Amino acid sequence: MDLFEYQARDLFEAHGVPVLAGIVAHTPEEAKAAAEKIGGVTVVKAQVKVGGRGKAGGVKVAKSADEAYEHAKNILGMDIKGHTVKKVMIAQGADIAEEYYFSVLLDRSNRNYLAMCSVEGGMEIEQLAVERPEALAKVPVDPGTGIDAAKAAEIAEAAGFAPELREKVADVIVKLWDVFKGEDATLVEVNPLVKTGSGDLIALDGKVSLDENAEFRHKEHDELADKESEDPLESKAKALDLNYVKLDGEVGIIGNGAGLVMSTLDVVAYAGERHGNVKPANFLDIGGGASAEVMANGLSIILGDEQVKSVFVNVFGGITACDAVANGIVGALEKLGDSANKPLVVRLDGNNVDEGRRILHEANHPLVTLAENMDQGADKAAELANSSNAVK
Amino acid sequence: MSIFLNKNNKVIVQGITGSEGSKHTARMLAAGTNVVGGVNARKAGTTVKHEDQHGNPVELPVFGSVKEAMAETGADTSIVFVPPAFTKDAVVEAIEAEIGLVVVITEGVPVQDSAEFWALAQSKKDAEGKQLTRIIGPNCPGIITPGEALVGITPANITGKGGVGLVSKSGTLTYQMMYELRDLGFSTAIGIGGDPVIGTTHIDALAAFEADPETKAIVMIGEIGGDAEERAAEFIKNNVTKPVVGYVAGFTAPEGKTMGHAGAIVSGSSGTAQAKKEALEAAGVKVGKTPSETAHLLRSVYPKHEEPSNL
Repeated sequence: MDLFEYQARDLFEAHGVPVLAGIVAHTPEEAKAAAEKIGGVTVVKAQVKVGGRGKAGGVKVAKSADEAYEHAKNILGMDIKGHTVKKVMIAQGADIAEEYYFSVLLDRSNRNYLAMCSVEGGMEIEQLAVERPEALAKVPVDPGTGIDAAKAAEIAEAAGFAPELREKVADVIVKLWDVFKGEDATLVEVNPLVKTGSGDLIALDGKVSLDENAEFRHKEHDELADKESEDPLESKAKALDLNYVKLDGEVGIIGNGAGLVMSTLDVVAYAGERHGNVKPANFLDIGGGASAEVMANGLSIILGDEQVKSVFVNVFGGITACDAVANGIVGALEKLGDSANKPLVVRLDGNNVDEGRRILHEANHPLVTLAENMDQGADKAAELANSSNAVK
Repeated sequence: MSIFLNKNNKVIVQGITGSEGSKHTARMLAAGTNVVGGVNARKAGTTVKHEDQHGNPVELPVFGSVKEAMAETGADTSIVFVPPAFTKDAVVEAIEAEIGLVVVITEGVPVQDSAEFWALAQSKKDAEGKQLTRIIGPNCPGIITPGEALVGITPANITGKGGVGLVSKSGTLTYQMMYELRDLGFSTAIGIGGDPVIGTTHIDALAAFEADPETKAIVMIGEIGGDAEERAAEFIKNNVTKPVVGYVAGFTAPEGKTMGHAGAIVSGSSGTAQAKKEALEAAGVKVGKTPSETAHLLRSVYPKHEEPSNL
């Protein structure tokens, strides 16, 4: 889960990382009140989870609370690379003498962490890494030992900080490590980390990504989820404990196992090329269980998507055998009654497949078509979605 | 022959008394696995009752620690079914006890926990510099050497022994591929898991299959996220002489969305299925557009004289 800047700022503050005052505002009025509270020069910053907001006009300096009001009015509602600005942060103005860069992140390839640091901050780090790689220190971090004072000093030195600044920088790095470790982050980035005219270090802008698998030990992270931007179907699926991602397409997909479902989306997209370019409407992994209840929940989410014209149920019966899955489908259609109103193509393979097919065959539900295999099922589901499109 | 697992492995189950642990202990025994006991500190000294492959009753002892279980039973392999909050401690315990193989089935393990136990495993080496404990997973279906042993949750009755070696990030795609190629049979099928940090990699499995005389051809299944497939492609180009076919899932996955597996995410322009497919093809690996096409490709490269003679 990626956080907004103001959320990152709050986490930094909670871990003792030096930050400036910052207050989130949803309306120009709130922005004005926040600017009055902070006092002096403030900066109105669009809160969007995408880079390049400064260039897009999403960051403005306000010399007064009235100016903050005006800027907030202009920035709220703005579209930045497809993201609508719904909140701004009113931040205390900073007296910037120098700009630096620091990040620590999960390094998947090396199965450890990587700290990156540079005395040349402010610009996009990807750009710096390409144009002046020698200016960006990359220091591997052992997950077993993390970043202590000595490791932080090593990073500060590698980044090229002057000796008199190193201790101060190392101190901030240790605190940022504390954010990374303590919050179960996969990324903590500060860009820029600034030195003010009076020589203080401040984390001026931050990016944090949190590991959703670690939510069980961070109940408070639930509050950080951006619920207002969530797709309503995704929220509903989440509440039902379903692994669902909304996509833009006409063929609803239900399957078991993340890999098989991803594969099903691809196979349906290929089949769609032959049938009016229909596309998969969603990712939905119902996992190993596939009981009538889970199947009914899954179907109700998918049928709640108005774009969906047909549904492809693609299940490989492993631990849960095909007869249980078939009973789940029959039970789900009974439970849903008239609200089940789109054609369903079902492909079953694996354990007890004959019995599973027999159950569906006998139920003889008017909406259900049985497919011989995955490719044929995808083709049939795409064809049905396309012909339903044509009727309209 | 096979890789990483055969009928001689002595297996303990961490979390043997839990519902998943209990269910799959029964399935592993039915598949012929030599399960010799389990671990649950709170139930040490008790036993659990199951049946072996032939329907004979077996009574398995529950130990207080992995170390004790190994000392008492000579176990060399462990499988972990404990919930995510306790997985790190369970795996650390297995590594500290210097067990040879630990298979971590649990889904939803925080990635920092995995990074930590991986760092610990890497620090424990023998005199020749070989890592003492191999980790498979987490978030994986485990490993099966058909006809010999199952340490995982893969249905054991899909297919039997044969010459295909399979390594996959995904469980159900593993089952799907075993089903498609059930007439050829498998030397070993290993699900390495869909998390961002895993123990055994595609490359580890490819190297082992290359060295295994029983394996005649290899199927490698990948998915979006990370660069494991690209690295595997590089490895294949330089080190694998046996025929390899590939499959990559997630061509239609949108950027920035996690597709079920914690590690299955396209970030910016990196981790795409297209890039992985291209890397594999550049290494001479034929890549199927669908699982069935992949199975078809495998047949086309499978050594003819190795096909089962009863066909």
